[in-house]
Amino acid sequence: MNAGGFMVHRIEKDSTRFKQIVRSRIRKDLRKYITRGELIGRKGKYLVSIPLPQIETPRFRYGPKERGGVGQGEGEKGAVIGSEGAAAGPGAGDQPGEHILEVDITLDELAELLGEELQLPNIEPRGASRIVAEKDRYSQIRRSGPESLRHFKRTFKEALKRQIASGTYDPDNPVIIPVREDKRYRSWKTAYKPESNAVIIYMMDVSGSMGAEQKEMVRIEAFWIDTWLQHNYKNLERRYIVHDAAAREVDEDTFYHLRESGGTRISSAYNLCNQMIDAHYSPEEWNIYPFHFSDGDNWGSDDTQGCINLLRDELLKKVNMFCYGQVKSAYGSGKFIKDLQESLDEEENLITSEINSKDEIVDSIRAFLGKGK
Amino acid sequence: MNLTPELNYIRDEIEGYARGYGLDFFNVIFELVEFDEMNEIAAYGGFPTRYPHWRWGMEYERLSKGYAYGLQKIYEMVVNNDPCYAYLLRGNALVDQKIVMAHVFGHADFFKNNYWFSRTNRKMMDEMANHATRVRRHIARYGREKVERFIDQALSLDNLIDYHAPFIRRKEEKSKRDLEEQEEEEPHARRLRSKPYMESFINPAAALREEEQRMRQKAKQKKRSFPEEPERDVLHFLQQNAPLERWEQDILSIIREESYYYSPQAQTKIMNEGWAVYWHSRIMTEKALLDSEVIDYADHHSGTLGVRPGVINPYKIGVELFRDIEDRWNKGKFGKEYAECDDLDEKRHWDKKLGLGRKKIFEVRRIHNDVTFIDSFITPEFCEAQKLFIYGFDKSTGNYVILDRDFDKVKQKLLFTLTNCGQPRIAITDANYKNRGELYLKHRHEGVDLKHDYARDTLKNLGAIWRRPVHIETIVEGKGKLLSYDGKDVSEENIKVRKEEEGPKDGSS
Repeated sequence: MNAGGFMVHRIEKDSTRFKQIVRSRIRKDLRKYITRGELIGRKGKYLVSIPLPQIETPRFRYGPKERGGVGQGEGEKGAVIGSEGAAAGPGAGDQPGEHILEVDITLDELAELLGEELQLPNIEPRGASRIVAEKDRYSQIRRSGPESLRHFKRTFKEALKRQIASGTYDPDNPVIIPVREDKRYRSWKTAYKPESNAVIIYMMDVSGSMGAEQKEMVRIEAFWIDTWLQHNYKNLERRYIVHDAAAREVDEDTFYHLRESGGTRISSAYNLCNQMIDAHYSPEEWNIYPFHFSDGDNWGSDDTQGCINLLRDELLKKVNMFCYGQVKSAYGSGKFIKDLQESLDEEENLITSEINSKDEIVDSIRAFLGKGK
Repeated sequence: MNLTPELNYIRDEIEGYARGYGLDFFNVIFELVEFDEMNEIAAYGGFPTRYPHWRWGMEYERLSKGYAYGLQKIYEMVVNNDPCYAYLLRGNALVDQKIVMAHVFGHADFFKNNYWFSRTNRKMMDEMANHATRVRRHIARYGREKVERFIDQALSLDNLIDYHAPFIRRKEEKSKRDLEEQEEEEPHARRLRSKPYMESFINPAAALREEEQRMRQKAKQKKRSFPEEPERDVLHFLQQNAPLERWEQDILSIIREESYYYSPQAQTKIMNEGWAVYWHSRIMTEKALLDSEVIDYADHHSGTLGVRPGVINPYKIGVELFRDIEDRWNKGKFGKEYAECDDLDEKRHWDKKLGLGRKKIFEVRRIHNDVTFIDSFITPEFCEAQKLFIYGFDKSTGNYVILDRDFDKVKQKLLFTLTNCGQPRIAITDANYKNRGELYLKHRHEGVDLKHDYARDTLKNLGAIWRRPVHIETIVEGKGKLLSYDGKDVSEENIKVRKEEEGPKDGSS
């Protein structure tokens, strides 16, 4: 029996099939993952790990909790030897399939699944043709160059070729000595690639009427927006603005956990957003996505009018799209969304969406990202 | 075999030592493989030629990940076959290869000589390849999705076999048709002997009629009950009786055959590993080890025997028990006289210089499995020396805690986890439930509930194969439950569970 080559192909097929199954399971349950927000916190830099207990083959068998067992080692009666959860009991490894299977998929794959499931169009970056970056790639071989870039293998091969051709190669004493003509060097080629930069500016109302549940919804939605835009843009920046009656920039963590009280002046956030764009993100070079979440209870119609003017005259001209998501709260009139819709009806890149419960997050994501801008 | 000349030399040397000690095995063929090939073969359960299925891929991913993160490394793998195949990891230190070889010869001896392996197919390498060919043919003809779905369903039942079936003939082979063709005999009530004038008093006609009526009813019931005796080999029963297409029957038979092939390994995990460790340690420390390798050997060896609280390490417990047995039989620490001795000090220094230890452990490896091994040889002294305990889950804290170190309880729990390979005992009791061709299974509850969500999903898979409603009777949190699947939903119903007398009754029908 030969343990070599051919077997590697064999497992590859089974592995591929396994990955296919995993993908389809995740896709099937994607809405559940979205609404429950359980993937947040399972995200690493490139990978998300997703628990998939249902992929294990079920059998009639005992559960570890019910079963208990025999162990070996020190410890008094009552001493703790393991806990449920991460280790899935002390018997982990002792019985097959007692760990919950977690599969890692890349953020990119997850975004693709999201795109497939919600039928999101790929984003057509603005200004893609205009924004070009240079990049050097070592993809060539030359006959001259600095010694530090010498390609050892190629040089050796050339020398070998020459020695065989000239009959100076002796198989019994295979010494290869490269001369200057044999030497080969790596060399680079400059590639021009359209660069796609994007910035997401998250804004959130942190006035008293926004509770923990509202913030959770915002957080889940932001997670998926991040994932999708990350998939579409190589270079993605995020900025966070909170506001009540006044606005300020904060970091991501503060953004989700800050709780203020007091009134709401939405124009303060829009102003800050506008300044931020002007200072750092020229629309020529950046794809700009402001997202604003609020419970829609603004302080006075003057301020709302100010917001509308600012959107119409400044923001909407600079951004790819401006998304306003209104989460439902027990307080407040929720009037802001209606005002926006009435006054800025004809603006194509203003997207509004109402999120009344976690179940509506999926539709809201689709509303925001479904335009492909 | 693709060993380097050096490894080949070592192999021959170690084989010589092993045979010198009296180990007896089929020819062992070593293959040198890279780590990814090792992971691959391990994912296939030791056979590089398994039928295509995604779960090997899943296992491969898991092993590769474990290897990549440095969590685990498979040193050795050995396949019960004639010849015996064993895999060595290329790039391991020479001393590691020596240990692995010595260890492998231990396993090879166990495979060949242990009674529980005596009915396994020794040409399994070829058989697995045949299985793969058959499955591929079915896939080509019926489509991957369809075949895969059926395999998934059938795998869900692969532990529902009768682990002792290869050794016991439970009943005469019979088909349903034979039963129907059986001549119907009119029952006759037994008459008591009596004088003619007393006849009508001793054997009153009415009572006789009643008795005959009852017997007729019973016979009818018996004829109707199918299977006649509870059937534990569910896979076999389905293969024979479920409305399956030929290819589906074939898949079932493949899965069943592989289940039976692997079952002795599950039944002798502790013994098999213990035996292999015993011999690698003997061969290495007495013969094969060079001075310069001592530290590395000790490091590797202690890694193999390391214990974590809450997990029984079969290597550790196995080798310790073999050594204990050897010691006891060397010193004569067994039998009536020793058992009845009350003097602890005398017992401790007991030594009759019998020297029977070696002979005894060879006998033990021949006839025992884990259950009988533990049952026959574990002693309170051993239990204490090995610091064994039982643990359980404490619902109030969510922790697993040590419950007891009492010898009898430890032994009982250990035996429980090993009996029936730690699988619940489930049998088909009625294949014509409610006279509607529904399948009725009974779980013999032994104090531990089934994993509930799994039970529900498994029932669905069973239903998909039986194609009629299926039921399983079990106990959940002390209450009798009947789980039923009607092809759409799983329902649960509270029922009264009758305590039943154990085992199949005398099969004299």
